[in-house]
Amino acid sequence: MTATPSTPEAGLQLVETPVLPQITGSQAVLEAFLAEGVDTVFGYPGGAIMPIYDALYDYGEKIEHILVRHEQGGIHAAQGYARSSGRVGVVFATSGPGATNLVTGLADAQIDSTPVVCITGQVFAHLLGTDAFQETDVINITTPVTKWNCQVTDASEIPAALAKAFYIARSGRPGPVLVDITKNAQMQKFDYEGYTPCNHIRSYRPRPFIRKEYVEEAAQLINAAERPFVLFGQGVILGKAEQEFRTFIEKSGIPAAWTLLGLGALPTDHPLNVGMLGMHGNYGPNVLTNQCDVLIAVGMRFDDRVTGRLDRYAKQAKVIHLDIDPAEIDKNVKAAVPIWGDCKETLPLLTQLISQKQYPEWLQQFRDHDAKEQEVVIQKELYPTGDILSMGEVIRVINEITQGESVIVTDVGQHQMVATRYARFNKTRSSITSGGLGTMGFALPAAIGAKYGAPDRTVIAIAGDGGIQMTIQELGTIQQFGAEVKIIILNNQFLGMVRQWQQLFNDRRYSFVNITSPDFVKVAEGYGIPGQKVTQREQLQSAIQAMLDHKGSYLLEIMVGKENNVFPMVPQGCGVAEIRLE
Amino acid sequence: MKREYTITVYTENQVGLLNRIAIIFSRRKINIDSLNTSPSEVEGIHRFTIVMDETEEVVRKLTRQIEKQVDVLRAFYNSEEEIVWQEMALYKVPTDEIAEKVKVERLLREHGARAVVIRKDYTVFETTGHREETSNLIRVLEPYGLIEFVRSARVAIIKASNGFHEMLKDFEHREPGEDTFENEYLNDKERVFAM
Repeated sequence: MTATPSTPEAGLQLVETPVLPQITGSQAVLEAFLAEGVDTVFGYPGGAIMPIYDALYDYGEKIEHILVRHEQGGIHAAQGYARSSGRVGVVFATSGPGATNLVTGLADAQIDSTPVVCITGQVFAHLLGTDAFQETDVINITTPVTKWNCQVTDASEIPAALAKAFYIARSGRPGPVLVDITKNAQMQKFDYEGYTPCNHIRSYRPRPFIRKEYVEEAAQLINAAERPFVLFGQGVILGKAEQEFRTFIEKSGIPAAWTLLGLGALPTDHPLNVGMLGMHGNYGPNVLTNQCDVLIAVGMRFDDRVTGRLDRYAKQAKVIHLDIDPAEIDKNVKAAVPIWGDCKETLPLLTQLISQKQYPEWLQQFRDHDAKEQEVVIQKELYPTGDILSMGEVIRVINEITQGESVIVTDVGQHQMVATRYARFNKTRSSITSGGLGTMGFALPAAIGAKYGAPDRTVIAIAGDGGIQMTIQELGTIQQFGAEVKIIILNNQFLGMVRQWQQLFNDRRYSFVNITSPDFVKVAEGYGIPGQKVTQREQLQSAIQAMLDHKGSYLLEIMVGKENNVFPMVPQGCGVAEIRLE
Repeated sequence: MKREYTITVYTENQVGLLNRIAIIFSRRKINIDSLNTSPSEVEGIHRFTIVMDETEEVVRKLTRQIEKQVDVLRAFYNSEEEIVWQEMALYKVPTDEIAEKVKVERLLREHGARAVVIRKDYTVFETTGHREETSNLIRVLEPYGLIEFVRSARVAIIKASNGFHEMLKDFEHREPGEDTFENEYLNDKERVFAM
């Protein structure tokens, strides 16, 4: 816009004074979203965020807003969106209870490094600290569970704050960011100078300097190794380094096992993919962790569920640790060679320096352990002979029908371990689960978000009868907005994982693990979602087929063995090599 | 083995950062012995000085967690030998007690204390030094009716540091040089403090 005199005849010289457009803080938020490529927002309105929702009214064609049924559902959906798409998930919530309802999701996103930007409304700046209606100290409540957060009380600060927020959320080791915006700042008009994306914060180093000498040292160790073993985590997926990782594995010929969140970074049927690590991981990877001579950890953080007892973990091995977060180096397991950096950059450097190799005898050891696990555990789980359905056979049938092409979002507990152990995945960003935090109730809302993040893929949510009841209200979100999510409830009429522990470690004292459920098919029907209940093996195949063939969401409740246990298992307090097959 | 360490943190001036740093300690149930925030040698950059009694391994991990925070530029940890440090203390004693006793005057001089306020009813002395020194003076003054005592947080200078000016220039660049990353993360303690 330019200011021009209305009558040139006036004889005044034409001075072009640029006049900046005036927009409100709320509009600035939405302009920032457009500039950042945000196409979907999950949220729930309320008093303190009303100005933003008012502005959103005019942005309906560019930004799709999904009204969730609870803010926790909103942030889990944003997490699912981020995990399936590789983009930043975005959430709106109001002040007070709206904001506190985000905390579980923030903690989940923080521990699982999921890029999420939350915008919370806040009371007017002049009311801060007065115990105003729906005022809560969101910044301090969320500090331990955010990568970064800030409060904005003046509209002119909004563009820069959001630019920082998106940059911090997605760069380096990703994580959740929260921007709390007071109502006056949302309403205030200011001179808008446009949106400038942030790509540098002087106190923040997302892309570390890579020290070549450590890469060289690592390559020497790998080249001299006789029984090297690779562990890969979500860092490979977050770094979008799946191809680089595969090239590294294939050249080095090293067997590779995944953490819960690394699942799918390498196709599950890849000949060098030897399975899952950790408490309910595969037999070979756990036992052989304590027999390898060089352990190469790529984008993983040696969680206690992976390592078991630390003083009995890979003591014989020289550890090479590749991670983008320097605070992870030596945090749990001492690294002989730390390679601090983005694995998208460090893996190719390493691949260049290593020799093309194969370890047929060493790989055979994994195969031998697998054969034993197949015999003692897997066959029985996937092909049970009794009348009662097992969780494993449900996953097997899903594999047979979907051929590893679908996105599977799991909740937390026994079904999660069974699903991740047995599901086959050809593609990355296919397994979405709450790993670090173990948030029951994650699956349904995260699956809704995952569908928006990957609209062309089939999204299957798998939950237990306990977890589904924690966020079952999100069926309403599906009903209203039509996200096509296939929901499978594996109902064992127990809080199964806790029951398993009570059986094994508390002398079968089943304390409050017996949980009743509503008729899930009827509940779904109430939300306009068709479904069926499966109790017999004969129904299983056709029911899953019917669920996948149906255009739209569908719910399957599958009754499975009440007291089935997940094995193998590394009992708490034991070393990985003490893994029990039964 | 637990011993005294001092963590020095260079930060942006950001509301809420003190809490973000403090919870790194409280979450691990680690007590902060002393915490000071002040300006640093560089305008606009703040400097935290945090003292704790812990093992080096714990302190190293704490330092990494602190440096990981977005608004933190750098964090260093040092043992007592690697820093020059001071704490200030104030002592309030009844004026009549000390005025009468010559011995007190000598004791105060020995401890490098000076009077900050002298009133009819009480006198406030100040002394600066190491913790043993400021603590010793408590014991000295107790028999003379010490009314109040307070000690400031520690301030510390890292002996091997060349200051933050040069390093900040590097931080301002999008692609910083190697020096910025020459730090203890890479297990090279010699270079850590060579800034």
